[in-house]
Order: sequence, then structure tokens, then C-alpha cells
Amino acid sequence: MAANNYRHALFCAIVTLIISFPILGLNLEAQGVNITLTGAKTSTYIAIFMAAVAVFVFQAFRDSFMGMLGKLPTLNPLAHKEPMEQSKRVKLESWIMTGLLVLALFWPFFVSRGSVDLATLVLIYIMLALGLNVVVGLAGLLDLGYVAFYAVGAYTFALLSQYTGISFWMALPIGALLAGLFGLLLGFPVLRLRGDYLAIVTLGFGEIIRILLNNWTSLTGGPNGIGGIPDPTFFGMEFGRRVKEEGNTSFHETFGIAYSGEHKVIFLYLIALVLAVITALIIRRFMRMPVGRAWEALREDEIAARSLGLSRTAVKLSAFTIGAFFAGFAGTVFASKQGFISPESFVFLESAIILAIVVLGGMGSQLGVILAAIAVTILPELAREFSEYRMLIFGAAMVLMMVWRPQGMLPMKRIHIKLHKQE
Amino acid sequence: MLEVQNLSMRFGGLLAVDQVSLDVKEREIVSIIGPNGAGKTTVFNCMSGFYKPTGGKILFEGKEMQGKPDYKISRLGMVRTFQHVRLFTQMSVVENLLVAQHRHLNTNMLAGLLGTPNYKAREQKSLDRAAYWLERVGLLDLANRDAGNLAYGQQRRLEIARCMVTEPKLLMLDEPAAGLNPAETKELNQLIISLKEDYNVSVVLIEHDMSLVMDISDRINVINQGKPLASGTPEEIRHNDDVIKAYLGEA
Ligand SMILES: Nc1ncnc2c1ncn2[C@@H]1O[C@H](COP(=O)(O)OP(=O)(O)OP(=O)(O)O)[C@@H](O)[C@H]1O
Ligand SMILES: [Mg+2]
Repeated sequence: MAANNYRHALFCAIVTLIISFPILGLNLEAQGVNITLTGAKTSTYIAIFMAAVAVFVFQAFRDSFMGMLGKLPTLNPLAHKEPMEQSKRVKLESWIMTGLLVLALFWPFFVSRGSVDLATLVLIYIMLALGLNVVVGLAGLLDLGYVAFYAVGAYTFALLSQYTGISFWMALPIGALLAGLFGLLLGFPVLRLRGDYLAIVTLGFGEIIRILLNNWTSLTGGPNGIGGIPDPTFFGMEFGRRVKEEGNTSFHETFGIAYSGEHKVIFLYLIALVLAVITALIIRRFMRMPVGRAWEALREDEIAARSLGLSRTAVKLSAFTIGAFFAGFAGTVFASKQGFISPESFVFLESAIILAIVVLGGMGSQLGVILAAIAVTILPELAREFSEYRMLIFGAAMVLMMVWRPQGMLPMKRIHIKLHKQE
Repeated sequence: MLEVQNLSMRFGGLLAVDQVSLDVKEREIVSIIGPNGAGKTTVFNCMSGFYKPTGGKILFEGKEMQGKPDYKISRLGMVRTFQHVRLFTQMSVVENLLVAQHRHLNTNMLAGLLGTPNYKAREQKSLDRAAYWLERVGLLDLANRDAGNLAYGQQRRLEIARCMVTEPKLLMLDEPAAGLNPAETKELNQLIISLKEDYNVSVVLIEHDMSLVMDISDRINVINQGKPLASGTPEEIRHNDDVIKAYLGEA
């Protein structure tokens, strides 16, 4: 191993010490009005030192570690199986999809309210990730401010319900369309940008929206958020114990069943399920349409795409608009589910999580994205004890994924197209 | 059909193309030859709208093209290939040909979602045209492969097919024979002639393979260091002293 490697490893170890020593090794303690600096326990110092050694060892032998990691897929029994035949695979996939759907339809009636609530959240993330998949996975435009469109959808519903008393069903299309419009507006200034530059500008856009919502107190209530967002109604029937609006009937009275808070939760879940399925179907359709192929062509080679007569403006704007549209969808559902929203729900971390779902699932692949959305939302809930380390585990998972399987869990497979011989 | 008048392109201090003129008639194969760095590709880049020329005019069917955006020029029927093949490598071979036919995507978005008969008919037509051209260039069996997995010669042919499905009037080929073996070059030779004879396409060809150029060109333009050096029939060029000197001087 080259001396260079050791020098690099030593450097990394020293950086580890420099960073972790002041954070972990020194404590500020309040003693009366004074604050004193005290050292930590010896065990902490040992831990810091061990960490530095670990970093040194890893960096020094990094190449061999990474090589071993690269060989890991051989442990996977499926790795060397011949790829399934196209028609078989498509059939299997649609069976899995249908199975999941049937399961998803009946499942909420047998589980606890909390689980259904969590499942609704998963479905919202699925919608978001499917939408972002259009922008990032298909069109190849790295958008780090996607959460802004989610916020537009949510706030549209919240504000309209507060000022005009609009219902969920009216707000759903309006929120989505408005988010789509924002997507279009953002699209214009970033038409010429690509890669890192695009990422930075979209990141800024996301922050602008959040800060605007935070500071425009007179309209949005600022950090206090907006509450009292109505639940969806079932053909005009409300789910509350008592009817809020004159002239409406309530669900449990109409059907002559006892009131239960669960009805509403399950209903919301079913709405989210239907919307998620609609989202998946529409985007699936787009992928087989001229627009979908144009998105991918632009991702693959913008110059070639333009030389064939594709307008960069039309293709990029359509990707941004459609992606944002579905974020607006998700935002409206989210607002209705929570009943209360504030700018805190739309921080950059959300964008990062949605992007992580797309990357982990496999860019462009719908089934992959859906599975990743489930994993990323549910695992932290299952591992509550580790919630402090959530971001750490998340980051480690991303790094491992990039090394081991950069194409994602279920990378996108091309659609098989049958051709007939021409005369 | 195409008339390039005194085209100039300057990059900072470098005059890459200097007063080059060119004219192409219907169903004609016109070649541009010249040593490396002569400015041939730059002429193409100006013609196809990638660069805005700093001087001169480009008239296509009587309309001025210089400064128009590339995708508009392509839609008018002037389509090019690239010196280094530019396929959509992660898309399948057919998809490459379908994308090339998707110029008016905004109009059929809703029709596509609803699957109207009109939309379906149009999709079928694109598929048929793709199948026809795949058959024509011998790639029909590979239709569902990823374009990036094709052999080099196949990629070159796919790129030409991808231009042809757009039904161009004028095709610009930038070194289509580069990297091909002699057998493939011969096939290419026949393909280009057939494009002209059977599909009424005019071709502008940049090529270093002299036997190919001499074989199929109706006329040849030679440029050297950005400047036009000679033009005429293959016979005239073969015996032109300036050309011989320029090429021998280079080699
Ligand atoms: N975008 C650009 N910016 C600056 N200089 C450029 C640019 N494009 C081309 N050139 C220069 O213009 C000259 C002509 O280049 P061009 O690619 O047109 O040559 P060519 O005739 O196609 O050569 P080859 O046979 O090697 O393909 C070269 O000196 C090149 O460096
Ligand atoms: Mg060139």
C-alpha cells in the first residue's frame, strides 16, 4: 500500500479528532450564573480515540474494504439467476401489484388506528416520490426543492378552507393545479441549468417558499401555522361526532352505526390509497407516451434530443409541472390528514427524504420507489429506540447503497415493444 | 435547396470557419473534406443551429436559418448525426426511433392519457415507421436491446435510422464511416446512395475515408484551416493541385 494512502488515513483520523473532541470531550456546565468548561469522562475520551483509530484503519485499507463490498452481491442467491423472461416478469409484476392493492384495501379494517394513520403517511410519501421520480428519475433534473410544491398544495387547502370554507374535494384539484403552476414558474428560470446548478437553485426555491410561509404572518399565521383544516367528506357526509356545517349529515347517523373515530382515519387512508394508485397509473401511462420518452431522451443526451426536434423548454417544463402537480395532490391530503399545518412540515429534510426514496428505490422504477417509500417511512417507526440515530442510519444506508447497488433496489426495466415487420 | 453563403465562425481569437460557401441541390450528395481541425464539424454546428454563426447566411429552401434554435431547424427537415455517436444509450433501440418522432408532444398529452383512437393510430404509425427503418438498417432483431449495448457499427446505423424516421429533406452526416470495418463501410456506402435514390434525401457528408467520398459524392468541397480550398466533382478534386498539396502537406 502506498505511503500516500497512510498519509490520507492519518489526515482523516486527525480531522475526526478535531471535530469530535470539542463536541464530545468538552462540556459547558451552568453553575449558578456562571458557565464553566469541564472535561468529559475518561470513557468518552477513549471512545473518541477509538473512533479516530477506526477511521484510520478504514481509510488506510479502504480499497480492499470497498473491493470486498463490491463482491458482496455473490452472497445474494438471486444475483446470478438469469433475468426473467420479459412477458413473465411483467405478469409477475402486475400480480404483485394487484396483490398489494387488495391487501391494502382490506388491511385497515383489521389493524389499529395508529397503523392506519402511519399507512396514510406512507401513501402520501409514495405520491410524492412518484412525482419526484418524474423530475429526477425520468427527466434527470435534480430537484432539491420539491417539498415547496408539497407545501403549496397543503397551504392552498389550508388557506382556502380558512378564508372561503372550501371542501377537501374542491381543494384537491385546485391545490394540485396551483402546485403545477408553481412548478411551471420555477421551470422557466432554471431551463438552462443542469446538474449541481439546478440542484442549488431548486434548493433555494424550496427555502424561499418555506421562509415566505414562515414570515407572511398576516396570511399564513407564520410559525403558528393554520389549524382547523376540515376532513374530507363522503358524498357530503361528515365524519365528526357532531355535524359542523349546517345542512350536512354525518356518516355514522346516515348508516345507523355507532360513532367511531376510526371511520375517518380509514376513510382518509382509502382516499390516499386511491390517489396514490391514480398517481402511479397516470405516471405509468406518461412513461409509455411521447412525453415520457422525451423526458428520458433529455436525461440521456440533451444535444441529441434537440437535434431531433425536441424543444428543451417544452420537455423540461412538462416534467417540472407534472412532478409538482402530484406533490400538490399529496400536500392536500397531508393537510387534511393533519388538520393543522405549519412551515415546519416543509423543511429541506423532507425534500431530502423524498429524494432518498427515489434514489434507493431505483430511478425511474415505480415498484422500486413504492417499496422504498414503505421502507423509509416505516422502518424509523419500528425502530423507535434508535430514533436518535435515525439520520445516521439513513446516511449509512445511502452510502452503502451507492457502493453496493448504485442503480437502486429495483432499477427501471425497459418496456418491451413488439414490432411488426414492415413491407 | 441549401445554400450556405460566406459562413464564418469565430471563437475568441480563432477563426474556425472563414467565408465558407456551399450549395446542395435536391437529391444530391455533397461532401466536405479537409484535414483535422479544418472546421468541418463547426460548419455543421452552424448549419444545425448549435452555434450562431458570426458571419454569413444559411438559406434552406429560401429561408434564413442562421440563429434559429436547433430544434426548429431540425423540424424544418435538416437533421444531423454526430461525429461521436450520440444515442440515448439507456433507452431501447426502438425507443430511440420513437423519440425522434415526438416533436409535438404537448398537443397529444391529454389524448395520450385517454388513449383516443387518433392517438393510438399515430403511435402505431410511429411504431411502423420505426420497424421499417430498423429492418432497413438490419437492427430489427435488436429492437428491444439497450442502444448503448449495440456494437459500434450498429450504433452508427441506428443513428442514421433515427434521423430518417423524422423524414428529413436534408441529412448531415459527420464522419459516418469513422471506426467502421471495410465491410461495414461498403454497406454504409450503399445505404447513403439509397437514401438519395429511394427516399429523395439530400446528403451533406463529412468524411475522411477518401474512397467512400470519391465513390458517392456528386460534388466535394475542400476546406483547410477554416478557408474554402476547392470545390468540384470528385474527378476535379482528385486532380486539384492545391488539394493534393494540402493533404500531402498534412500527411
Ligand atoms: N466550441 C469551440 N470553442 C472553441 N474552439 C472550437 C470550438 N469548436 C471547435 N473549435 C475549434 O475550431 C477548429 C475546427 O474544429 P472542427 O471540430 O470544426 O474541426 P473538424 O474539421 O471537424 O476536425 P476533425 O476532422 O478532427 O473532426 C479547431 O481548431 C477547434 O479547436
Ligand atoms: Mg469534426
